[in-house]
Amino acid sequence: MGRYVLRRLLQIVPVFIGTTFLIYVLIWAIPGDPFAGLCGERRCPDSFIATMTEKYHLNDSIFVQYFKYMTALVQGDFGETFNGQSVGELISLRFPVSVRLAIVAVAIEALIGVTAGILTGLRGRSFLDNLVLASTLFLISMPTFVTGFVVQQLLLKGDWEFLPPTVSDQARWSELIIPGFVLGAVAMAFVARLTRTSIMENKRSDYMRTARAKGLPNSRIVGVHLLRNSAIPVLTFLGTSLGGLMGGAIVTEGIFDIKGVGGLIYRSILDKEGFIVTGVVVLLVIVFLMVNLIIDLLYAVLDPRIRYD
Amino acid sequence: MTESTTTAMGAGAASAEDQIAALDQLETKPGKPRSLWSDAWLDLRHRPVFVVCVLLIAFLVVMALFPGLFTSVDPTHKDLAHSREAPSAQAWFGYDVQGRDIYARVIYGARWSILVGVLASLLSVLIGGTVGIMAGYRGGWLDGVASRTAEIFFGLPFVLGAIVVLTAFRSAGVNSAIAIVGAVVVSIAVLIWPVSMRIMRSAAIGARQHDYVKAARALGASTTRVLIKHLLPNCLAPVLVYATIALGEFIGLEATLSFLGIGLRDPAVSWGVMIADSRNYIRVAPYLLFFPAGFLVVTVLSFVMLGDAIRDALDPKLR
Amino acid sequence: MVTRTASVVDTGEPGALPSAPLLEVADLQVEFRTHDGVAKVLNGVNYQVRAGETLAVLGESGSGKSVTAQAIMGILDVPPAAITGGAVRFHGEDLLTLPEERRRAIRGEGIAMIFQDALSALNPVFTVGFQIEEQLRVRLGLGRREARNRAIELLDLVRIPNPARRIRQYPHEFSGGMRQRAMIAMSLALDPEMLIADEPTTALDVTVQAQIMDLLAEIQAERRMGLILITHDLGVVAEVADRISVMYAGRIVEQADAASLYRSPGHPYTAALLESLPRLDQRGQTLNTIKGLPPSLLNIPSGCPFHPRCRRAEDVCRSEVPRDVRLGLGRTSACHFAEEVVAGG
Repeated sequence: MGRYVLRRLLQIVPVFIGTTFLIYVLIWAIPGDPFAGLCGERRCPDSFIATMTEKYHLNDSIFVQYFKYMTALVQGDFGETFNGQSVGELISLRFPVSVRLAIVAVAIEALIGVTAGILTGLRGRSFLDNLVLASTLFLISMPTFVTGFVVQQLLLKGDWEFLPPTVSDQARWSELIIPGFVLGAVAMAFVARLTRTSIMENKRSDYMRTARAKGLPNSRIVGVHLLRNSAIPVLTFLGTSLGGLMGGAIVTEGIFDIKGVGGLIYRSILDKEGFIVTGVVVLLVIVFLMVNLIIDLLYAVLDPRIRYD
Repeated sequence: MTESTTTAMGAGAASAEDQIAALDQLETKPGKPRSLWSDAWLDLRHRPVFVVCVLLIAFLVVMALFPGLFTSVDPTHKDLAHSREAPSAQAWFGYDVQGRDIYARVIYGARWSILVGVLASLLSVLIGGTVGIMAGYRGGWLDGVASRTAEIFFGLPFVLGAIVVLTAFRSAGVNSAIAIVGAVVVSIAVLIWPVSMRIMRSAAIGARQHDYVKAARALGASTTRVLIKHLLPNCLAPVLVYATIALGEFIGLEATLSFLGIGLRDPAVSWGVMIADSRNYIRVAPYLLFFPAGFLVVTVLSFVMLGDAIRDALDPKLR
Repeated sequence: MVTRTASVVDTGEPGALPSAPLLEVADLQVEFRTHDGVAKVLNGVNYQVRAGETLAVLGESGSGKSVTAQAIMGILDVPPAAITGGAVRFHGEDLLTLPEERRRAIRGEGIAMIFQDALSALNPVFTVGFQIEEQLRVRLGLGRREARNRAIELLDLVRIPNPARRIRQYPHEFSGGMRQRAMIAMSLALDPEMLIADEPTTALDVTVQAQIMDLLAEIQAERRMGLILITHDLGVVAEVADRISVMYAGRIVEQADAASLYRSPGHPYTAALLESLPRLDQRGQTLNTIKGLPPSLLNIPSGCPFHPRCRRAEDVCRSEVPRDVRLGLGRTSACHFAEEVVAGG
């Protein structure tokens, strides 16, 4: 088991370098003037351009730039915007909000999705089953922004006090429930279907028959034997769904006016604030890789067959 | 599990001799063997969901190819006097902010929305499928490189990658409708090909264990021949299912990108563009959102349900 | 190696075996509702097993032997399956009429079952120890340590070396024969009075088969358990069975003690099965087979279900379902010409 962990950790390093380099290249090696629009209507003065170029190594090769950037990054220095603001500070203000939103989304997605999947998987063809199948199909077909708009319209029409249509600056947990639901809606639909299929397939397994032949109570047969085996693919999916969440976060934060990292990154790309974009994206990639590592480890805990891979 | 075995002799033959004769015949009769595909097709033909989806998609394709059949109004014609007018007899879906006929725009929007979906799906499956089948079949360093590359792309959240790439295209000064569409298609394909690569790869790894592959190689078949004639037909099923569902998702993705302002934009009109335009006026004129969103959801739904139905039909475990 | 001979039954020694059956299957009928119609899987199955006795249920795939076993245990999938008639009496009580809670109590403690493929029959994500111990903890209320010690004892009983280490291992870490032993150990955890073994050695190779059969015989002798051995392998049966019931198309077509059955079969099907066994003195000759296939259970032939494949089929065989003909003490055959067949005709 220890070897498996070590191997996975080592595998992450090249992937991390590859992804961050790819991002760096995409952002900084793009043709186009990085200083366009930075100084208002007029073109920036040459002295300004010279200083900036010197400071940010813009004349070095892309590899050198990347290397210098990453060495600074691992020491905690995210650099500064062209206006001199600390990127690190900007990010640290907004990152926790997005994290909270993501946690809410995953929690809703897992709870509702898995429950719906278990109920329909166990019961088989029934009204509930058809309802869940139909509604999940529907949710999968609605892009996040459409869901977001529709929900927001409902909230505005309903005008309920405890369910505000936009989120305040502090972004309390309770306010994030609706946006979290919107963010996780598509993934929730997938989780429900995946759980359902997993349960239906495993229900007919030979070991289930053995468990019944042993005279174990039904609650144990389902709760211990069936669930443990069925959980495995669902868990893997939850990990990968995080990648989709990040994209959806940009949309959701925009619609519900949440002061998180999604909105920040969106504007920064349009404003060509390269350091903010790079910094946020690198951070997100780290989070994503870490979460997937944890999921992989959990997978090995749940399924002993793969520990000796 | 349980012993409900039924033999090839179904209902019908009553007498003993007939049964045995029928059995002998079954073993020697020539004729088309029933493959997984023909079985699946027979099954699908009778499923109402499949039929409805195919009809719906056909309808949408006709709309995309021949918008003139559905409306004679010019979707780009602006008349500010009608700005944000509600649906009426002259304009079934009303007018948008710039006074353009929403109904006409929805009809014309089908073209780009569906086109992006189809092209992106084709391209990403083509790239991913090719890499995947070779990686799965050959294994070794090729597989290693392909898998690591895929992992790198997986580490990059799609929307972020798309935003970066498309912004680059935009600042490079891409402006004609075709170029814009092309940029969107390419960005989607380039960022998403690893998914189909993985599917094809695991299918290929499974298929290459089979004896018929080993037999073909022992007979001296070239790699290309083995790949195309033996492996490919057996790996197509999961990829086909994925491609169909992905098509629907890509149509939704294009809408999302357009909503963010980095996808299609004027002069190319798609449902995503229309939804993006409606953003600030939803409260007063919900039909600005409602009609394009409705068409979008129905289209995506058709493809997703189609893919679902195909998957159920092709899955031998559910027979 | 423990050999069971038929003399235990024939001599009728007092105290050798109790006369009342431990388990009695009486005229059991089961149907399966499928897309293509109703399949009559069991059409009046009758057999009995006494404590300390080994009954072999012999038959081809599709004859209904496993379905009978699952019906006894009460683990048939009841939507497609439906028990449409008959009784299953354990200690005289009809299990089919009992509420589910009571039936569940009997599983494992009264009657236990082991299956063919131990790799898929054992849960792959739990250790072997966990799967044995859970019965002890949940059904008997034993504490953790007690359950663990008992589980190690059980693994030792089935002759798995190094049981304390093996307890912590997963099914995929065992070899085929060991896994089957582990499954046997698991089935004995609650000291059942009767064990049903559904093709326990089919997935194993011949040398391991012999070991497992010996193990079963020993355990049975020690505990005076009833043992139902379900198999299609005549060779396995010969060494181990006291009595044999031959099944075809969901019915018992012949019942006899083992020696008599092998010496002089009383049903054309049994005779044909015995003839199809390859023998060392058959060099250069074609092997005997039974022509045709077992019937589709959706459409069982009229009269005697074996008549399409039977060498001596006559008109009466097509039209009338044969009744059980008594051929001697504890011996029956469902054939219109049973007496002739037994005499060698």
